Amino acid sequence: MTHEKVILAVVTTNEQKVAGGAPIFTCETKEEMERIAANLEAILDGIAHELSEQLFIIVKH
Amino acid sequence: MNEYTFPIVYGIVVGVITRLYLLRTDYRQYPTYLHGRTIHIALSVIAAGLGTIAVPAIMEKEFTAITFLALAASQFRDVRNMERNTLNELDQYELVPRGKTYIEGIAIVFEGRNYLVIFTSFFSTLAYLVWDTWVAIIVSIICLLVARRFMTGNRLKDIVDVEYVKPHFEGAGLYVDNIYIMNIGLQARREEILRYGMGFILKPKNFNARLTIANLGQRQAILHDVSTALGVYRDSGTPALVPLAKRDLDDGRVGIFILPQINDIEKAKKIIENVPMLENAIRMPTKRKFMKKGE
Repeated sequence: MTHEKVILAVVTTNEQKVAGGAPIFTCETKEEMERIAANLEAILDGIAHELSEQLFIIVKH
Repeated sequence: MNEYTFPIVYGIVVGVITRLYLLRTDYRQYPTYLHGRTIHIALSVIAAGLGTIAVPAIMEKEFTAITFLALAASQFRDVRNMERNTLNELDQYELVPRGKTYIEGIAIVFEGRNYLVIFTSFFSTLAYLVWDTWVAIIVSIICLLVARRFMTGNRLKDIVDVEYVKPHFEGAGLYVDNIYIMNIGLQARREEILRYGMGFILKPKNFNARLTIANLGQRQAILHDVSTALGVYRDSGTPALVPLAKRDLDDGRVGIFILPQINDIEKAKKIIENVPMLENAIRMPTKRKFMKKGE
């Protein structure tokens, strides 16, 4: 079983910590971050994973 | 009408009865009712015919006629292909797929059962021709029982102990007991998972069992069976809600995380215990001679 996993989007409240190829969504508050991550999860058919308090990634499994 | 008519008819009927007996539409809902069945009953008539006719052919010293059994073998290999292809196609649209190992197992069973039909018909007709009707009936019943014996595999409860554990979160990580399942980011999802999710720990009873349940296909089969029986809290747009089975690398235990719609611990436990052990997943390293002797 091989899965190709791709990071579809990055949602963060701390833009200092992220950079790179995937689209980055910068948010003001944690609530906003959660809301955007929830929407992106539904839209992109990916899973929202929490890497830290300030950082979510949406991953296609 | 000649002296072979009744034995041949008898052989074919017994063969078809054997197939019907082995063809049960159960919780797997496969083969599908009526249409799927028709195919298998039709094939069983062919199989029974082949097995039956071999006997008079030998008695008439028509030995070349036996070669068409080779034709039968290739015919039934096609059955296996057909089943595999159909199930693979269907699997793409399952919320919790069966997995390739389970599909291959089912396909093998379909092929194997046709051969059992051939053997049953062959021996029944032989008994009919050599002895009489009563012996033929006894032989048929013995064949039927043997066929059943061949076709009932082991269940998971023979190799593992199943134990319920409530899943919990440590930060974003979802755990069943101490086995890490996955990372769930959204608070709303975590709440859903805690509300609907159930966790089970499979404790292998020996080293063979440890390797058998490590097989990804076997684990997928467990998830599929539980999900077909108890429903699944999941839809196409919610990949985060996915039943998963992960392994504890230290001691080979497997943590099963499921999201059933019917939250009944006892039922779920029973279903997991009755999941078939997939032929292709069974590993028996202790059958090696030096493993047995010295370890």
